[in-house]
Amino acid sequence: MLTTLLHLIWEFFKTGLFAIGGGLATVPFIYDIAERYDWLDIAVIPDMIAVGESTPGPIGINIATYAGYNAAGVPGAIIATLALITPSIIVIMIVAKFLQKFAQNRFVTGSFYTLRPAVAALIASAAWQVFTASIINLGTFTAAPAFSSFLGMFDLPKLILALCVFLAGTFWKKIHPIVYIVLGAIVGIIFKM
Amino acid sequence: MLKNYLRLFLTFARIGGFTFGGGYAMLPLLQREVVEKYGWTTEEELMDYYAVGQCTPGVIAVNVATFIGKKLYGIPGGIIATLGVVAPSVIIITLIAALISNFFENEYVIHALGGIRAVVCALIAQAVIKMTKTGVKDWVGAVIFVATLAVLLVFSISPIIVVACAIALGLIIEAAKGHAAKKGAQK
Repeated sequence: MLTTLLHLIWEFFKTGLFAIGGGLATVPFIYDIAERYDWLDIAVIPDMIAVGESTPGPIGINIATYAGYNAAGVPGAIIATLALITPSIIVIMIVAKFLQKFAQNRFVTGSFYTLRPAVAALIASAAWQVFTASIINLGTFTAAPAFSSFLGMFDLPKLILALCVFLAGTFWKKIHPIVYIVLGAIVGIIFKM
Repeated sequence: MLKNYLRLFLTFARIGGFTFGGGYAMLPLLQREVVEKYGWTTEEELMDYYAVGQCTPGVIAVNVATFIGKKLYGIPGGIIATLGVVAPSVIIITLIAALISNFFENEYVIHALGGIRAVVCALIAQAVIKMTKTGVKDWVGAVIFVATLAVLLVFSISPIIVVACAIALGLIIEAAKGHAAKKGAQK
């Protein structure tokens, strides 16, 4: 048990340190861990990713918690998660300190001046990916030049729900995003989305 | 102080608990809670945190939480905000792994997630519009935005490369400005 916990700390610390670019970047590391240790079954990893993507919270954290729980129960879940976030905390603290110190440097402000539009584009492309993954179904697209084939590409109830939320959010800016998420779950159940 | 820490923890726990789909899906909640409600950061700073969070190790959501916490209350703040954002994950995942073996075969869960995904699309779209308004200030910004988006939609390149190129461009522009200023001074 104790050796498993120590392995968890070591492996997830390494994952947190080297997985750059968000939650799914941790996946190859998890496969690597499963190949080297018997406390993590490679067959449960796809499940783990599915759970990680569809439960609330950062995906990388969800995957680490799930893997830790599988390996060593509740202590494993907590320890794997803490080990994963420790390198982030240390690195960000250092970067934040550096940025504070050089906030007035013209090369730093110059970098952020060109970086912000690029980040806006990164987020826009991520939004497009979320949209295509959940609302458009390119698989059903047929070459027939018919309007019905065009409409068939979309998951219509979801598209309508998304448009309603978009319009509502544009007009009533005061409504909290959490309200829409809870309503989305209810509407999803009622209309079997 | 303790009250401030508690508020920071609970705010990030709320954000973590309602983020479906990773770091980018967290953006609408961050804008609402951290920028609009509490004014802990500006929209610009939030963009900078995302940029740095993309190319530093670890989960983006965690990196952004650490940044905001650190800015507010130093190192303890960074740790508290980070623990807040991961706390709901640990609780929810442990419960699912322990109690419900066929959670994702449950009909209600599937439909609820379907509805939530549609809502998240709309929320992220709005967050993107806000971010673009903040991030794109002039024609240089507009060119960078359109070019980056076009490249990202056609090729699947790593965000780290995008960030590195944007920084390089910024440095080149700054260096050119410095050079021009020097020349001007010599005349």
